[in-house]
Amino acid sequence: MPSLKQLAKREEKFVSGHRLCPGCGAGIVARLVMLAIDKPVVVGCATGCLEVASTIFPYSSWKIPWIHSAFENVAATISGVETAYRALKKQGKISKDAVFVAFGGDGGTYDIGLQSLSGAAERGHRMLYICYDNQAYMNTGIQRSSATPKCAHTTTSPVGKVIPGKKQWSKNLPEIMVAHGIPYVATSIPGRWMDLINKVEKAIKFDGFTFIDVLSPCRLGWGYEPSLTLEISRLAVETCIWPLYEVIEGKYKLNYRPKEKKPVVEWFKLQRRFRHLLKPENEPLLEEIQKEVDRRWEELLSKCE
Amino acid sequence: MKGTGRRVAKTANEAFAEAMRQIDPDVVAAYPITPATEIVQIFSQFVADGLVKTEFVAVESEHSAMSACIGASISGARAMTGTSSQGLALMWEMLYIAAALRLPIIMAVVNRALSAPINIHCDHSDTLGARDSGWIQIYSENVQETYDNVIQAVRIAEHPDVRLPVMVTTDGFILSHCLETIEMLTDEEVKEFIGEPPVRENLLKSLEENKPITIGALDLQDYYFEHKRQEAEAMKNALKVIPEIGKEFGEKFGRSYGFFEEYKLEDATVGIVVMGSTAGTGKDVVDELRKEGKKVGLLKIRVFRPFPFEEISKALSHLQVVGVMDRADGVNSYSGPVFPEICACLYDLEKRPKIVDFIYGLGGRDIRKEDIAGIFDGLLKIAETGKKEFNLKYIGVRE
Repeated sequence: MPSLKQLAKREEKFVSGHRLCPGCGAGIVARLVMLAIDKPVVVGCATGCLEVASTIFPYSSWKIPWIHSAFENVAATISGVETAYRALKKQGKISKDAVFVAFGGDGGTYDIGLQSLSGAAERGHRMLYICYDNQAYMNTGIQRSSATPKCAHTTTSPVGKVIPGKKQWSKNLPEIMVAHGIPYVATSIPGRWMDLINKVEKAIKFDGFTFIDVLSPCRLGWGYEPSLTLEISRLAVETCIWPLYEVIEGKYKLNYRPKEKKPVVEWFKLQRRFRHLLKPENEPLLEEIQKEVDRRWEELLSKCE
Repeated sequence: MKGTGRRVAKTANEAFAEAMRQIDPDVVAAYPITPATEIVQIFSQFVADGLVKTEFVAVESEHSAMSACIGASISGARAMTGTSSQGLALMWEMLYIAAALRLPIIMAVVNRALSAPINIHCDHSDTLGARDSGWIQIYSENVQETYDNVIQAVRIAEHPDVRLPVMVTTDGFILSHCLETIEMLTDEEVKEFIGEPPVRENLLKSLEENKPITIGALDLQDYYFEHKRQEAEAMKNALKVIPEIGKEFGEKFGRSYGFFEEYKLEDATVGIVVMGSTAGTGKDVVDELRKEGKKVGLLKIRVFRPFPFEEISKALSHLQVVGVMDRADGVNSYSGPVFPEICACLYDLEKRPKIVDFIYGLGGRDIRKEDIAGIFDGLLKIAETGKKEFNLKYIGVRE
C-alpha cells in the first residue's frame, strides 16, 4: 500500500478537463482507481456519465488505452480485449504485463449489463470490474435502477400523492457476484481513499475476475451540496447502509465497524431524494427501512470472521 | 483446376469451420444457434485438439459475441464469429458499432427466418434486415462459394482502403446441412492468400508503445457526420477491392468472383434477380426454358453490400422485364427488401425494363423448378403484352 505522498507522485491516468459535475463521485472514484494501478492498464467504460463526460471527441481524460462500445457490454468488450491480449502474448506480439479494468455505472452493471457481467465473471477473464454505483440512471436524468434504495425519489419512481418513491429494495449485487465464486468481491466508497486504493491493489493481483462496488454519490440525483460528496459516502458507512467489506476467495471480512451505528435518518437528512421520509406521516417507512438495514447488517456480520 | 487442394464432401457449416481453421484467427467468440451451431461446435474441437492458435470464448449471448469480437479486433487480433437469425438480431446494436469502429471482423451467417412465428429454416430476413449496418454482405449459392467467400472476406475486410466487417452468408439447412463435393485449398495456400493482418492503430499496440488512444469517444454535432462519411467512403472503396480480390482468387485457384453472376443474361429478354441457393435451381430452369426457345436469363447477386448499383443497372439494362426474387418480406405493403434497390438502379436508364417482385421461400418453404418456370412465364407475358398486372406476387403460399 503506497503512502499518500507516494500516490501524489504517481502520474495521473485520469486527468482534469472532463465535464463531470462539480462534486461528482464517479470522477473521484475513477481517479483513485487509476492511481492505485501502478502498471500498464487498459480501461473500458460502459455508456454512462463517466464515459460521456470524459471522452468528448477530440478530447480525452484518459492517458491510457481506453475503449467504449455500448451500454450493457463493457464486461464482454473487455473480455474480448483481454482474450486478444492472451492470444497475442502467447504469440510473442505483446511484451507488457497488463491490467484490464471495466467501469460501469449501476444501470450498466446491476441492470442492463448484468448478463455480460455474469458471463465474463463465470468465464474468469482477468479483469477488475468497478461499478460506480450512484444508485440510479443519472446520465439520462435520474431514473430508478435496481440499485436505487427503497423510497428514493427518482424521475421514474417519483414521490407522489399515493406512492412514496421507489417501491422495491435495492438489489444486493455484491452477493450475486460472490455467488459466482470469483476470487475477490468488495465494496468501497470514495470518502475512504485508503480503503479503495487498498482494494484495487488487492484485486488486480488475482488471476481472474474481480469486482468492487463503489458507492458513488451524485449531487444532482441525490440532491445535496457538491462539497458533501465524501462526507455523504462516509455517512452511508456509519449508518451501515453501505458496509465496507471484502470477500476474498469466499471468505468474508468486515473492513470497518462503526463505533456507534448511526440511524439511517442521518443519511436521509442530507439528501433531497429522501426528504419526504422526514414527514411525520412517513415514520413507519423510516422504521421499515431501518429494520431492513439492520437485518442486512446482521446478516453480513454473521458471514464475517 | 489451378489449386492444389483436395476434393472433399462438406456441408456449408463444415466448410465455414474448415475455412476458420485455415484462417486460424487469434480470437473466436461465439454462441450456439440453429442452424449455425455446428460451425462453432466443429471449431471448438479444432481448438481442443490444438489444431489452431485461436483463443475461443464461449460467450453467454450473441450480443456478447459481437462485443468480444469488437474488443478483440480493436486490440489488433483477427476475430471471427458465426450466427444466424435471432442471434444476428440480438447483435444488431453491435453490428453498427463494429462497422463504425472500422473493425475487420469476419462473421459466418447461416440464413434463417426471423421470429415470430419461431422457425429454424432458411430465408434472408435476418441478413437483409442488417443491410444498412455498415457490414459488407456476401451471399453464397453453394458450399464451394461459401468456403471461397470466407477466405476472400479476410482480405476484403482487412484491406487498408476498406477496414469494414464482412458477413458471409449461406442458406440455412439447404446449404448448411447439405453435403456437396468442394475443392478445399491447402492450409498453406490459405495462409499465403490471406497473409498477416496489416498493422494499424489498436488498443494493445498503443499500450505496448506507450501512446495511449481513446476508442469509442462521444462524437457530437461537430464530428459525427465526418466519421460517418468516412465509413461510407470505405464501403465505396470496397466496390473496387472486392472484384480485385475475386480476380486474384481466380488466378490463383481457378474460381473467379465478381459482384454477381450473369447466367444466359446477355441475349435474354426477361431475367430474374436472385440470391443464395435458389440461383442454382434458377439456372436449371433457365436451361430448360432455353431449350424451348424462351429467351430467359438470371442474375445472381453475390455482393449485396456494397450494392453494385451501376454494374447491376448495366447488366439488366437490355431486358424488357426484370423479376426480383425476394426471400424476405419488407412488410411494407409493396415489396421485399431487394426489389427497391433493383428499381433504384434501373430508374435513370433511358429505356428501362418493367420490374416486378416475387416473395418466396419464407421460413424454408421449398421453391420448386415449376415455381420459377411460372415466374418466367409471367415475365414473358408482360414482355409480350407490355402490360404489368401486378407489382408483387407471393410464390408458393396458401392464400
